[in-house]
Amino acid sequence: MAALSRKWDPLFVLVLGSLVFSCKGDVLKTSNDRTESISATKIEESSPQAADLGDLRQSDEAESNEDRKAFTPPPPNDQFQEEMVIRPLYSGDIYASFQFRTQWDTDFLHDGKKAVSHYRLFPKSLGQVLSKFSVRELHISFTQGYWRTMQWGQPFIPSPPGAELWVWFHHTVTDVDGNWKELTNVLSGIFCASLNFIDSTNTVEPSASFKPLGLGNATDHRFLRYATLPREIVCTENLTPWKKLLPCGSKAGLAVLMKSEKLFHSSFHSQAVHIRPVCKDWQCTSTAWELRQTLNVVFDLYTSGQGKKEWSLFKMFSRTLTEACPLASSSKIYVDVTDNPGGELFDLSPSSPLISTAVVLGDRRTYSVYDLTKKETFGQLRSLNLLLRWKGESDDMLRPPLHAERYVSGFGLQKGEIHTCLYNSHPYRAYPVLLLDSLPWYLRLYVHTLTVTSKTRENKPSYIHYQPSKDRLRPHLLEMLVQLPPHSVTEVTVQFERALLKWTEYTPDPNHGFYIGSSVISALVPSIVAMDTNSTRDRPLFSSFFPTKEESSYFMRVYTEPLLVNLPTPDFSMPYNVICLTCTVVAVGYGSFYNLLTRTFQVDEPSAPLAKRLANIIRRLRGVPLL
Amino acid sequence: MAAPLTLVLILSVTIRAVLFRSSLAELISERVEVVSPLNAWKRVVEGLALLDLGVSPYSGDVFHETPLVIYLFHFVVDYAEIVFMIVDGITAVALYLAVQNYNKNVFRKQKYALEADRYPHDCLELMRSPKEMHYIPLKVAMFYLLNPFTILSCVAKSTCGLNNAVMALFILSTLKGSALLSAIFLALATYQSIYPLTLFAPGLLFLLQRLYIPVNPCRSRFWFFTVQYSVMFIGSLLVIVCLSFFLLGSWDFIPSVYGFILSVPDLTPNIGLFWYFFAEMFEHFRFFFICVFQINVFFYTIPLSVKLKEHPVFLIFMQIAIISIFKSYPTVGDIALYMAFLPVWSHLYRFLRNIFLVSCVLLACTALFPVLWHLWIYAGSANSNFYYAITLLFNVGQILLVSDYFYAYLRREHHLSQGLYLRRKDGSEATLVLK
Repeated sequence: MAALSRKWDPLFVLVLGSLVFSCKGDVLKTSNDRTESISATKIEESSPQAADLGDLRQSDEAESNEDRKAFTPPPPNDQFQEEMVIRPLYSGDIYASFQFRTQWDTDFLHDGKKAVSHYRLFPKSLGQVLSKFSVRELHISFTQGYWRTMQWGQPFIPSPPGAELWVWFHHTVTDVDGNWKELTNVLSGIFCASLNFIDSTNTVEPSASFKPLGLGNATDHRFLRYATLPREIVCTENLTPWKKLLPCGSKAGLAVLMKSEKLFHSSFHSQAVHIRPVCKDWQCTSTAWELRQTLNVVFDLYTSGQGKKEWSLFKMFSRTLTEACPLASSSKIYVDVTDNPGGELFDLSPSSPLISTAVVLGDRRTYSVYDLTKKETFGQLRSLNLLLRWKGESDDMLRPPLHAERYVSGFGLQKGEIHTCLYNSHPYRAYPVLLLDSLPWYLRLYVHTLTVTSKTRENKPSYIHYQPSKDRLRPHLLEMLVQLPPHSVTEVTVQFERALLKWTEYTPDPNHGFYIGSSVISALVPSIVAMDTNSTRDRPLFSSFFPTKEESSYFMRVYTEPLLVNLPTPDFSMPYNVICLTCTVVAVGYGSFYNLLTRTFQVDEPSAPLAKRLANIIRRLRGVPLL
Repeated sequence: MAAPLTLVLILSVTIRAVLFRSSLAELISERVEVVSPLNAWKRVVEGLALLDLGVSPYSGDVFHETPLVIYLFHFVVDYAEIVFMIVDGITAVALYLAVQNYNKNVFRKQKYALEADRYPHDCLELMRSPKEMHYIPLKVAMFYLLNPFTILSCVAKSTCGLNNAVMALFILSTLKGSALLSAIFLALATYQSIYPLTLFAPGLLFLLQRLYIPVNPCRSRFWFFTVQYSVMFIGSLLVIVCLSFFLLGSWDFIPSVYGFILSVPDLTPNIGLFWYFFAEMFEHFRFFFICVFQINVFFYTIPLSVKLKEHPVFLIFMQIAIISIFKSYPTVGDIALYMAFLPVWSHLYRFLRNIFLVSCVLLACTALFPVLWHLWIYAGSANSNFYYAITLLFNVGQILLVSDYFYAYLRREHHLSQGLYLRRKDGSEATLVLK
């Protein structure tokens, strides 16, 4: 038997290899066939000890395909979806947002059971991390550039400049800080980023701002860790490992568009990974794990588009699409045509018959949909190059209901004041927002100087959670719930003092300043859909009297600008001099006291001249009286 | 005598009240020379705000006052200005009474010695006259109340004023001979800022002297009283510390107050020697040098006590001066306390060697502190070395001042035993040297 199986081995490998290649290669198959074949290979791989395997292989060799169909595989328990949304922005820039979603019906955190060892679509590196560190939810983002809410509206998934990481650990974890420390180091390796610089001095446990987005209503914020690295610079080296997590890599599907030379030649670039447990089905009998990889990019009208309001996939990414990722169960491109209902604003070619409407970020949006799994999408050229050509000028953008900005005021290097301005543009609704500020310890915050004013009146926060900093140990955490009156600016100010650090604690370029992470504003914002009770545009009258619950408000998160704060610096070339000079002063003190303590006053007898002393020595030797 | 003292008190209160009402008050309260992380009023207010938010003030690194201070200001935070003025007044009156008492003793001793004919005959011009001594207590009160350093410290509402008051009360109760009160106030002062622990030796020496107990380790009376005083001191310290524990229900204040004083984590510039030294220190030598610098403050106690065991009041002055020079977060308020004693030693003036130079240095440095701070922090045209240099010079000035007074005191004592005009063996006029 053993000899037989050894004899068949090379052949078997060949068959398997051809199967795998057919999955990854250029030949398009129907997805059903593909998943079946992969499941079959998986079963064969996972049970090599089966006694009748030899027979199976023999039949394999004879008429492989037919027999494989007779061997019924279990339904696949993971699936992959990819999509891209293109939204033309009012400023003439263009916003492209990719989302890749992998769902897997498994449980990494099953106690007692053997850890999951076989991975198919879900990246193994992340799966192992999840099970090793008992992670419930993981959200990581790398962003280059600042999202300009006032020009661009709201992003689909907001992220602060630099790196952001927040993780909910499973409630069985005993040493959360230890797990967090290890996890950041592992992630730092996976994403080639400086996440290893996350330590206790920039990690906080927000009490209210970051609730789990997936299943499980964990509220004990002891299991939550949040950290940002505002100075992190995102580049190709972060994109490559991120692309490797995709089932198709950057070989097929939407990911072929991700060429770093174009992606990083943009005004805004953000890539993120979100992992959370979700319901497996409608009944929610068991959980599944969802991995969402998102990439948002805004191409600038002038630097990328040469000032012409004309965008195409090729112009944006220097690639066109020829196929969907063969492993994807759905692969779609959405183009936001809400402001272009009759085609008077821009031309979209090729046009798509499929139109989809959805309430996105509190607004009813219309999208043209391109399904990449359908052959006719690619047309005769077998490639899809979406082209948007403007015809007229767009009118002003509706102001986003909530936006925020932040700055440091004051001069000199002794103290300063942080101002955070929160704008509520809603014409008649007031709503509460949660403001989270995490400031490093070297800005010594004085919480008694905290003032919140809106419309020149004091606006007392109804909830304040403040955790003062510990020098070189933990940052300040300030969370508060502020009610924003309608159509108003609320200004939050707090004073701080700039600390003088040890000379080794400064960054390599100390006079550049220190980056302070963005504040996070989380709010349930009344939606625009609920706002226009007057408009009957494509809605039946009977639906528009009471605002419906799910449309009446939506969750929104806004990040402010990171701050750059200068601290007083010592002279870095002076350590030896300072040590010498200070020790000299101490020695002067010690010496003068020592002198006075140990010596006594005596009358100063002038010493005899040398000749006399010599003569006295000789006289002493001779035994005669001295001079 | 009460009338001039009242006048001085009224004058000083007026000056302070005017400054409190002026726009200078805020400026002064931000000055790093006047307030340190240990005693800044802003931090007291922050501590109270944290208590209101339900956060322990010691959970962060902003508040470093002792629990008793926060308890005190919990009630009188609205009347803080009046409290600080009253506290300054108490300090001045306590010093006034203490020095009055001390001068009476000195004069009585001098009289007995003269009657016993113990002084050499040419020392008559070293004798102190009641007329000259009459105004010394008033001068002491004036030196404290009208010293710009004290005024600044009070206007900045630095809690350094409280520590000074406790120390002044310790001196008063010691000089009045009340062992229990002396021990209690010493415990309070130690509780506030550790360093006054070194005043235990002069306090004990003075009380021993007052009870005519010779400092002799072979005598049981000496040991009996020493143990008695120590027990009173340690007992009251324990009571105060436990009281603080019960006020807050946790021991958090121990690392946050005493750990903070001893390990110097906050390098905010001040007039002391620690901040720049430890900002520029190599990491692996940090602990060693922190130990060296802290031991330095306590180091002088034993040799000074041996040398000055007959003169405990001068020992108190020396100890306070050494503390305020070498402590980890000194402010000008600390300096004001020992400077208030300078009129007491006015009879040493003829033996001071470089008082002119030292006064000039101290005045120049005082003027240069704000200038160089402005150049470094606001104008950006200087760097930290400028401010550091001036702190060095200021400390050298203080060291020279204190050692000069020490020298003068020792020299006067020497003259009192050996005669003022010393002759060599050959009869020519001799010069005194330290050998």
